Amino acid sequence: MARTIFIETTYLVASVLFILGLRSLTRPEKARRGMQMAAAGMVFAIIGTLINHEIVDYHWIVLGIAVGALIGYPLGMWVPMTAMPQQVAISHMFGALAATLVGVAEYYTASGMVGPGRMTALGFETLFGALTITGSLMAAGKLQEVLPGRPLTFRGQNVVNIALFALTVGIFFYLIGHPGNATLFYVMLALSLAIGVCMVLPIGAADMPVVVSLLNSYAGLASVATGFAIGNNVLIIAGALDGGSGFLLSVLMSKAMNRSFGNVLFGAFGTPAAGAAKTSAGLTARSISAEDAALQLAYASLVVIVPGYGMAVAQSQHQVRELAEQIEARGGTVKYAIHPVAGRMPGHMNVLLAEANVPYDRLYDMDEINPEFERADVALVIGANDVVNPAARSDPSSPIYGMPILNADKARSVIVLKRSMNPGFAGIENELFFKTGTSMLFGDAKASLTKLITEVKSV
Amino acid sequence: MEITTITELYVFVLAGFVGYQVITRVPPLLHTPLMSATNAISAISVVGAMVIAGAHYNRVSTILGFIAVASATVNVVGGFLITDRMLRMFRPAGRGGSEAPAEITAAPGTPVAASAGTAASAAPAAGSASPTAR
Repeated sequence: MARTIFIETTYLVASVLFILGLRSLTRPEKARRGMQMAAAGMVFAIIGTLINHEIVDYHWIVLGIAVGALIGYPLGMWVPMTAMPQQVAISHMFGALAATLVGVAEYYTASGMVGPGRMTALGFETLFGALTITGSLMAAGKLQEVLPGRPLTFRGQNVVNIALFALTVGIFFYLIGHPGNATLFYVMLALSLAIGVCMVLPIGAADMPVVVSLLNSYAGLASVATGFAIGNNVLIIAGALDGGSGFLLSVLMSKAMNRSFGNVLFGAFGTPAAGAAKTSAGLTARSISAEDAALQLAYASLVVIVPGYGMAVAQSQHQVRELAEQIEARGGTVKYAIHPVAGRMPGHMNVLLAEANVPYDRLYDMDEINPEFERADVALVIGANDVVNPAARSDPSSPIYGMPILNADKARSVIVLKRSMNPGFAGIENELFFKTGTSMLFGDAKASLTKLITEVKSV
Repeated sequence: MEITTITELYVFVLAGFVGYQVITRVPPLLHTPLMSATNAISAISVVGAMVIAGAHYNRVSTILGFIAVASATVNVVGGFLITDRMLRMFRPAGRGGSEAPAEITAAPGTPVAASAGTAASAAPAAGSASPTAR
């Protein structure tokens, strides 16, 4: 009895520390200490579990922790910040794998002799867990560009997906009534793995912020279900926090794209809009030399930098900061405009710029910075496209119509750093590039920025 | 439905409310750390995995438990480390992050001091090779 009370107390302490830790994330200066508290909570819970009376053999536990730490340490310490979206996706995969295996082991050990309540929990656990495993792998593959980033679609795909999903849910319901049918349990497991693949493959790489947050949510829900299955409150609490934050983030991301959940998940940008071609016809973009661009930047009093996924690809965040310092050294002010879905995961640009030592009070959310564009002498767009496309405001036929954008076009002049005139991910032509007052500086972002830095220095 | 299930549902619903309240206040600035942090926290399923790996129910569940302990630990260790690494980088203007080379102070003789009052970012013009922050 005393033992159980001790264990439950460590779980209680862990839950409190988790919540306090997450609360600290509301303030950047307190966040680090808070997360250390959460990590301490985790250690408490693990120590508490070690004295569980059911545990008779510690070999596998110790070995498992050792192996996990050996893989986890390099994953945490050495993965570059530019690979963060993949890293997060892979982390979801590991968490979901653990939850799923616990579910399978529980079911196997009970050899199907479980009540309907427990079966419901185990079913949710394997369902959410398994689809998160494969879904996260697919997402990581797309982000790492092992898999093509474009949506992989075929005719009737949504029908197939819905049928697959319906079948799986059907089996799940049947199992609640007949938990002894082990074959069906493993069929459901396999189908859930298949759902994960089919769900993520048709989603394009630019929609990954939604997918990654959604997988975050599913991984949390799998933990919740594990908690119900083994009757453990700390699992339910921690899982609810994870599930809640993932869900909230995916709602925020969808909103930032002005698309519904369903649209992101099922409405892959397959075919470019018909109206796309006519926008670019007869229009020419004006290209600019690094010298001229540098001259504009050097004499600007307010420069707003709009980073996008292109900055991450070129790994040019350090050059961005250096250029900003040059401009500031000449008396200009530099602000960064961060669109919620810029990049491949929520907060992607913030992390990259923080890595490059940009102070976080220079990073502005969309709502804060949009009124400032009118005062800006130069808007410097670095590898961003859809998030500054004015068609989202003006062209109802555009697939991104209605999406809130950064008003870069309101700035007195716009300089766009871009590799080529290829349309952005969504295949949508961007009229910002053809506007008078916009000039294009073609080339790799890192190379262009390096040139700009040298030129601004010599102005 | 047993009474413990109802209690667990209570816990779930209330934790959901608390989570919602806490998480809506996290600024977009910290959304990536939020994601990796909640992910690391949800790897608490390691405690379930530990019991299965150590309880000797049968060979299959011991092996599954072992793999589950390992992958949950990857998640715990990797998740907390990377969250900490990210949070270490976030710093306000005027203060050097611990991971940042002390470039702000090392600017004697830098041409044109920050005239716009943005002293913090007046880094040395020359020789400030981009910090190799791993």
